[in-house]
Amino acid sequence: MTKHFGPLVALDNVSIRFEPGSLHAILGENGAGKSTLVKCMMGYYRPDAGDIFVSGEKHAINNPRHAHQLGLGMVYQHFTLVPSMTVAENLILGEAQLPPIIPWEAERERIEEFQRTMPFKLDLDRPVASLAAGEKQKLEILKQLFLGRRVLILDEPTTVLTPAEADQILGLMRGMAGNQQLTVILITHKLREVLDFAGDVTVLRAGRRVGGGAAKDLASEELVRMMIGAGKIARAATRVETPTNAAYLDLRDLTVENDNGLMAVRGVSLQVRAGEIVGVAGVSGNGQRELVEALAGQRQPASGEMFVRGAVYSPRRGEMRQRKVFLLPEEPLRNACVGVMSVAENLAFRNFDEPRNTRYRWLISRRAIRGQALDLIDRYGIKAQGAEARLETLSGGNVQRTVLARELCEEVSVLVAQNPCSGLDFAAVAEIRSQLMDARNRGAAVLLISEDLDELLELADRIVVMFEGKFVYETPRDQADVQTIGRYMASPT
Amino acid sequence: MVGSRAKSGVEAVAISAAALLATLVLFGAFVALRGINPFDVYRVLYLGAFGSWFAIQHTLTQAAPLMLTALCTAVPARAGLLVIGGEGALVVGGVATVLVGVTLMGVPAPVAIALMCMTGTLAGGLWIGAAGALRHYRGVHETISTLLLNYIAIAVMNHLVTGPIRDFSQVLKPASWSVGERFMIGDLPGTSIHWGLAFGVVTCLLVYVLMRRTTFGFAVDILGGNVRAAQMVGLPIGPLVLSTCVIGGAAAGLAGTIEVIAVHGFASASLAVGYGYAGILVAFLARHNPMAIILIATLLGGISASGGLLQRRFDLPDAATLVLRGILFLAVLASSTLYGRLKIFQSRAV
Ligand SMILES: Nc1ncnc2c1ncn2[C@@H]1O[C@H](COP(=O)(O)OP(=O)(O)OP(=O)(O)O)[C@@H](O)[C@H]1O
Ligand SMILES: [Mg+2]
Repeated sequence: MTKHFGPLVALDNVSIRFEPGSLHAILGENGAGKSTLVKCMMGYYRPDAGDIFVSGEKHAINNPRHAHQLGLGMVYQHFTLVPSMTVAENLILGEAQLPPIIPWEAERERIEEFQRTMPFKLDLDRPVASLAAGEKQKLEILKQLFLGRRVLILDEPTTVLTPAEADQILGLMRGMAGNQQLTVILITHKLREVLDFAGDVTVLRAGRRVGGGAAKDLASEELVRMMIGAGKIARAATRVETPTNAAYLDLRDLTVENDNGLMAVRGVSLQVRAGEIVGVAGVSGNGQRELVEALAGQRQPASGEMFVRGAVYSPRRGEMRQRKVFLLPEEPLRNACVGVMSVAENLAFRNFDEPRNTRYRWLISRRAIRGQALDLIDRYGIKAQGAEARLETLSGGNVQRTVLARELCEEVSVLVAQNPCSGLDFAAVAEIRSQLMDARNRGAAVLLISEDLDELLELADRIVVMFEGKFVYETPRDQADVQTIGRYMASPT
Repeated sequence: MVGSRAKSGVEAVAISAAALLATLVLFGAFVALRGINPFDVYRVLYLGAFGSWFAIQHTLTQAAPLMLTALCTAVPARAGLLVIGGEGALVVGGVATVLVGVTLMGVPAPVAIALMCMTGTLAGGLWIGAAGALRHYRGVHETISTLLLNYIAIAVMNHLVTGPIRDFSQVLKPASWSVGERFMIGDLPGTSIHWGLAFGVVTCLLVYVLMRRTTFGFAVDILGGNVRAAQMVGLPIGPLVLSTCVIGGAAAGLAGTIEVIAVHGFASASLAVGYGYAGILVAFLARHNPMAIILIATLLGGISASGGLLQRRFDLPDAATLVLRGILFLAVLASSTLYGRLKIFQSRAV
């Protein structure tokens, strides 16, 4: 298969064979063409050249419905369920031919019948909004199976899951593939998942198939070499001793409500000193998102105060700039960027109104903005078709890099980062972690909210555990113990 | 990359053209039902709009207020709001102009005209600005509030011109006092097009520069593209929402002033003849681009201008041009779902 986007070759003569009943992993750096490949299979994109054979027969797949008819199904990185409807309703929703009046009794029986054949069960009457991320992911998979899909494509399914949840789901998938019930195509950046669960591997680099084979014959070093080619992985930045400085970020009794008016953050207090990374651990949905939104000015705290460098802080442009507060929120396309604006414009969100990017004070200098963009694209290795490409045409990892470049390119006093490495390939992960460490070494106060415990253990000077909106446990880095932290994450009592 | 912008420009033109074409076909079918040859209708439509110098002047006169009322929808739209209050803002602007104009007896004409323009602008700006404030501080949906404000504006005007400021020497229909011949701005030299056209074109150009070249326009684009991103980089959401509404309302208010000081001389029900609503249509057809508004307003002005001829020549009912406009509006709205869907404008077409 071959697919061009303008002058860019996203897929270059890639041939892959997925054996029935196998779990086949596709590995590759950000922008390698993994999503493009499966989108071609699902009929979202038309390949420029190449054929797709399903069970030995050639098919030109024109749209997703056609792919569904052939038994191909896809689970996306982000959920596509309707939160206000129940599990059962969500299962039925996707059916191609729903009668105008739904025979609920019969359908329910069918679902229950179906669930009996499945290795995992969900309560059919619970609204989806009340499910944890892992359960939602299971439901997404359940839905695909219920709809009779025989080939299941998972695009980075574990980014939203805890390692335990991820292992459980991948284990289930492998089991079902082993029973010949299903063929699974797994897109991921995580080598561990590939080596532990996949039968076959294909590695893509810059749109080309550069290697692959049976997972058991491949060592992780070999896979890494295939993925990044001659590229280098950033050295982990070393932690330098910083003096015990004053607190740059100081939260006092902060209370934040969620969309439903319920307390999501319940009176938390926390100090982050200059030259320190404080990690916030916790299972997602325990108030982390609301905490970050309050710091980002996307949500008004119900009570409490935020201090930055000794003075009360309210997240407005002037104060952000003067006190050098920067953010790396999760889901950058939702929280930090405008997809329909260009890369250059997105890179200028922080400083389009500063003298060096304006003329006569009020006029934007397109030239300056473009120049800044070209420099950042180069320095941060953003893969884009030029500075004028719309941001939404970049691969997921490169959108993340764009925000990183914008937020870290200037001097930083306070940095709030939430899951900064989710969805990134490991070269990028290493780079971003070293950037965070660098920022700390240069004297920034970094608040790192992450669901990845390994990341926190590597970076944080101090770890607190967030549970149901409160900080329930705190430990300095040298006394941090995974078991204890894990216990507090699950339930502090 | 070679012009992803240029490409989306081509896409916009192609889709708008398709909407226009579909409109003509549907309207053709409509007149064919009455036993009229659609191609004759198209020809008369063209002749009435652009067929002679006389027709062109008429068209441009009609286009002037449309340019201004279109901005009332287009400017807030860039911040992600759907404002449909151009009609009300125009009426309020017109009434305010009269109220101030009649008090300016001894003032030199240029000063008085400037004052009246400012009044109309201010009144319209405050009118739609109020809807913006309701939206930002109280969460009232701006589409609903501006729609209701239209009714209120028209009702207030009707009340004033049938009572408190009625000029009883006007016997045909209720109208307000006149601002006086001395304050009328007249026509562009050598034409029968009034000065309002210049106001419309200049305002569109100024707004274009404001929205496309300034830091304000950039901030509005971020807000319109993604509120959460705008919040995250600390942009002042409230003031931005409010200013786009005020600017939009001001443009429509100015249209009201012009209707008074270039056309009628007084306020009456003939202020509320649908320029505000047609402006919504213009804004959508132009995809909220102030430069494109100049063009589209001229096109729509042509349709209005040829309406009379169309009716007389084919004995069509009054409502025929309204039908045409309605079809056009539906076609435009329907066509907006095509953006990003047409295969030829996808990446393969480069
Ligand atoms: N609609 C599009 N228009 C233009 N370019 C695109 C489009 N979609 C993807 N690309 C480009 O194609 C290349 C491959 O992108 P793809 O999304 O397949 O990467 P990926 O391997 O899934 O990366 P990631 O791990 O970051 O998600 C990237 O360089 C991207 O910028
Ligand atoms: Mg991808």
